[in-house]
Amino acid sequence: MSARLAAQGGGAARLAVDIGGTFTDVAVEQGERRWTGKVLTTPQAPELGVLEGVKLVLEKAGLAPADIALVIHGTTLATNAVIERKGAKTALLTTEGFRDVLALGNESRYDQYDLNIELPQPLVPRRWRLPVTERLDNTGKVLLPLDEAAVARHVAFMRAEGIEAVAIGFLHAFVNPAHEKQAAAILQRLWPEVPVSLSSEVSPEMREWERFSTTAANAYVQPLMASYLKRLEVGLREGGLACPVFMMLSGGGLTTLETARRFPIRLVESGPAGGAIFSAHVAKQRGLTEVLSFDMGGTTAKVCLIDQYQPQASRTFEVARVGRFKKGSGLPLRIPVIEMVEIGAGGGSLAAVDSMGRITVGPESAGADPGPACYGRGGAKPAVTDANLALGRYDPEHFAGGALRLYPERSRDALVAEVGGRLGLSAEMAALGVVEMVDENMANAARVHAIESGKGFEGRTIIAFGGGGPVHGYRVAEKIGVKRLLVPSGAGVGSAIGFLRAPVAYEVVRSLYQRFASFDVGAVNALLTEMSREAAAVVAKGAFGARTVEGRLAYMRYVGQGHEIAVKLPARDLTAADVQAIRAAYDAEYIKFYDRPVPGSDVEILSFAVTVATEVPAVEPAAEVEAAPAPAPIRQQQVRDTTTGEVTEWAVYDRAAMAPGAVVAGPCIVAEAETSTLVGRGWSCRMDGLGYLDLTQESA
Amino acid sequence: MKETGALATIQRQIQWNRLIAVVEEQAQTMIRTAFSTTVREAGDLSAGIFDLQGRMLAQAVTGTPGHVNSMAESVGHFLAKFPAAGMQPGDHYITNDPWLGTGHLHDLTVVTPAFRRGKIVGLFANTAHIIDIGGLGMGPEGRSVFEEGLYIPIVKCFDRNVPNETFFDFIRAGSRTPVELEGDIYSLCACNDAGAKRLVEMLDEFDMDSIDPLAEYIFESSLRATIEEIRKLPRGTFRAQIRSDGYEAPVTLNAAMTIEEERIVVDYAGTSGLSTRGINVPPAYCRAYSCFGIKCVVAPEIPNNWASLSPFQMEIPEGCILNAPWPYPVSVRHVVGQLLPDLMMGCLHQAVPGRVNAEGASALWNPPLRGGSQVSGQAAEVEDFEIITFNSGGTGARPEKDGLDGIAFPSGVRTMPVEATENVAPVIFWKKELRPDSAGAGKTRGGFGQVMEIGTKGEAEFAVNAIFDRVANPPKGRDGGGEGAAGWVGLNDANGTPLRTKGFQIVPKGRRLLLKLPGGGGMGDPKARDPELVRRDVVDGLITRAAAKEIYGVEV
Repeated sequence: MSARLAAQGGGAARLAVDIGGTFTDVAVEQGERRWTGKVLTTPQAPELGVLEGVKLVLEKAGLAPADIALVIHGTTLATNAVIERKGAKTALLTTEGFRDVLALGNESRYDQYDLNIELPQPLVPRRWRLPVTERLDNTGKVLLPLDEAAVARHVAFMRAEGIEAVAIGFLHAFVNPAHEKQAAAILQRLWPEVPVSLSSEVSPEMREWERFSTTAANAYVQPLMASYLKRLEVGLREGGLACPVFMMLSGGGLTTLETARRFPIRLVESGPAGGAIFSAHVAKQRGLTEVLSFDMGGTTAKVCLIDQYQPQASRTFEVARVGRFKKGSGLPLRIPVIEMVEIGAGGGSLAAVDSMGRITVGPESAGADPGPACYGRGGAKPAVTDANLALGRYDPEHFAGGALRLYPERSRDALVAEVGGRLGLSAEMAALGVVEMVDENMANAARVHAIESGKGFEGRTIIAFGGGGPVHGYRVAEKIGVKRLLVPSGAGVGSAIGFLRAPVAYEVVRSLYQRFASFDVGAVNALLTEMSREAAAVVAKGAFGARTVEGRLAYMRYVGQGHEIAVKLPARDLTAADVQAIRAAYDAEYIKFYDRPVPGSDVEILSFAVTVATEVPAVEPAAEVEAAPAPAPIRQQQVRDTTTGEVTEWAVYDRAAMAPGAVVAGPCIVAEAETSTLVGRGWSCRMDGLGYLDLTQESA
Repeated sequence: MKETGALATIQRQIQWNRLIAVVEEQAQTMIRTAFSTTVREAGDLSAGIFDLQGRMLAQAVTGTPGHVNSMAESVGHFLAKFPAAGMQPGDHYITNDPWLGTGHLHDLTVVTPAFRRGKIVGLFANTAHIIDIGGLGMGPEGRSVFEEGLYIPIVKCFDRNVPNETFFDFIRAGSRTPVELEGDIYSLCACNDAGAKRLVEMLDEFDMDSIDPLAEYIFESSLRATIEEIRKLPRGTFRAQIRSDGYEAPVTLNAAMTIEEERIVVDYAGTSGLSTRGINVPPAYCRAYSCFGIKCVVAPEIPNNWASLSPFQMEIPEGCILNAPWPYPVSVRHVVGQLLPDLMMGCLHQAVPGRVNAEGASALWNPPLRGGSQVSGQAAEVEDFEIITFNSGGTGARPEKDGLDGIAFPSGVRTMPVEATENVAPVIFWKKELRPDSAGAGKTRGGFGQVMEIGTKGEAEFAVNAIFDRVANPPKGRDGGGEGAAGWVGLNDANGTPLRTKGFQIVPKGRRLLLKLPGGGGMGDPKARDPELVRRDVVDGLITRAAAKEIYGVEV
């Protein structure tokens, strides 16, 4: 087994399954070959869709279940349970006096002007938020001992209420978990069968709302995920797949089923994480050290900066936003995630005109049903897809490989009714406005993401995938000043392919307050060693002896400042000599973000992160290919340019007919079954040796 | 319309969209780099872009309605002293003048010119509430603005990128938290720079020499949309009144709102006179909160800019508490100013009853706490500390929904985690949870207030500079809804010793500060409330069985 895993391929086949809201995607790889498939997700029993998809792809590949050496799985099941409120009846044992931390949040509204605002409701209602007398101070010193009798009384109440999962969240437990452990021991003794989540284990970081929210969410999805994972394991085994199953984590690593059962909340963003890893791998194949991953689907677009083939790590995430895509309208989760921005901009996003006569796009979406007006399924509102069609970017006879017939006149009617008529614009110019606006929104999201990451776009390449990425990519690139765009193959199942590239990994985060003026090397080393051991133990269960690498970070800021910056630490015991170097590294990072350092300020560390991961095998950069002749266009389309408003003939090429090394000049369209790549005016597009489309903008 | 004209229209829309993104980025930069908890945790800041006449084109939507008009007006004052023609790249100008900025010395406003190809093209401004500016500290005790802290006239803090060291020397010497204050000023400048850089990129992309044509487009569209919304309202004059606890005497706020064809005018005649203490409201701050209250109801979707704010006009008589002249004390002008949206809704309730809320706790319940030698002298048992947290009672019931429990309104600031507060000061929060039976009853009920109990480590002596309201005058309900519970301020002793609602007071050794935050008012007849919701509140321990039966007629 270890040899197979370490080789990442070889003779053994590996299979990845990504359960999304609509489709379950499956990808199988054996050596250099890959097969993919899509089946509909089966929400009632998701394992059924998985098993069906696996069967389908194995047949395609001509492989037997026994040929599969490893299954890697990601699912939105935990996310959906939180969104649809279908998790366990969960109770929270918490510090007396702080029963309402989950309800009060940060006492603010995410929308300043909406009097009818809805706030996200806590997963645990007040009646099940049960106070226990106990209190620690900020150093972990006991101010009030734990009232053990109260815990026992609550057990009786919880059983009577039919509680199915328990979260324990006490103030300052991330500094000293003793009281949480003591309470858990009582539960274990009196009620051994109930699953218990401790805030000091699920999310051991400062900030009680975020920590309790994460812990409650973990408890809330735990029974459901445990039962699903059991059924999946059994189903796969009965289907002849006796190999290990690994789960994709939100942070971009893989973990064992056992860890997934303990901390199921860490699985919530696995699909998008797979997409980011897919991009990182494509970047590595092409030796691109600075890229922007751009995944535009039916309802949302996700952008993510990837430097040195590493997606950025973050520890804050919101799930189940009630104000669509509005920051602050979801439940906060503090878990390792890949940093990305998701906005309501996709092919199905609906266009309208606001009271100021401005075109707006999204976040409302036409969804799959009725879909955009041009689907002819009763949708009367114009979606982005309608606008693309009205601009002449799609051929109604050849959409989705001819699988779906489009009705251009319905797009035009909808565009006139909802947008053009109100602004005195023709259907075509309304369409132009809609597409420019959605491109602008995505470009703005990318800009904000870059600002928040302290990065720029100069010299960056966009990697575009999803149904809409290749269509909108070049214009978004122009708007943010990016001059190169890569459209990989397999873009329709990017997340599943990404799973196949992920290392077995685990991240542990702990808070330990340190000031540089009084840095306690011994205490920091003791903590980092313990964290390293913990992460290594989790990874060892799935690494099968593969070599591992360790990364250590400190989250630092000027004393009193708000946001922390992650600074790399050496993966070994620190010495007194390291302290100045770390401080200098902080200053350098700070200047990267904000230009000017702040004189005279001490620096503090709030928390540390240790990640242990199996080594990802080196990727051979793709070989350069000889120039090849351009294929003949398969047809010409009348396309309106969104920059000039002019209509001209754009040649359409068949992607499958382009030989490696072939170059076509924009404006043109490179069509394939799943999507079309638009090559704007001033751009050229070359097919590379990997079958990827490599678009570059000639300098003006 | 000709197609080329159509393209220009679409591009103007894209540019407007971009400008709003630019100011949001500007604000985000400030939040990320700020040192004061008031900015980074609470979000008490604002940011905007202005043309060379000082007219605001776009403003970030942040947590502070109080900055809405006040920041919009302040750039004009900067230009009056430092005309645009004389500004240089790398200059930054600053003030905390309550009458030229946003109403008290704790708010710093920085203005920065943006240059493209050597020519000034626009101005960025940005306001942030800093943690300490010396003087008496945040509180009502000052009898003039001179006692309230360090007064910064409009000066250059950076001259062509070179820090004005004399200025920074004064700043550092004048504050209890010099490092944070200096860091915040650097952040204010950095975030304006970030905005300026984005603006220039946009002008390059669209090949624009000036933002003036874009400004005209924004102003024209915004004004038209705002007037359209005003025209949907019934005409007439609508009057309302609110009482605040005041400092030395209760304060009456009187408003007569006249809805005309193309504007809304509010006349504050009949409002109480000035206080001798720092609860007085400078006029720009009065306009800001009045405007916010009206806009929430009348035109919530329209972004703030010079034109969209212009149809809302206030006539504030001289000598009334909402038009404080220099040098009257104004440090805690929010405690009165934040009642203005309730007052505006009191007027609008008569015009559009289905669109307004009942009254809420409204004024923030921020306890400014101080301890150590500045309170106890040589007998101090804890290190010196100075902190403020932002806390809120319940909001008023809404026509179709209950009020929000322990949520800020009209202010949009966020509170800090207790764990973080306990890490920066030797305080212990013993309780911070919802206050049962505090919500005003109604078909839809108000939001619940909170109870907070705060002490220090070792139960040492400390002080609170109280700025609390709605204690003698609880939030009123509408349409038959009940009042929210009044607030209460006192000690946690057996007698329940009350403290004054305003002013500097000692919490003696061995005692804690106990705050009961007001609940929001209810709306409609409580007997008409869905009995399931009443039962839910009883099971959740938020209302007693007795109250359910007596007020709502529901047996649980």
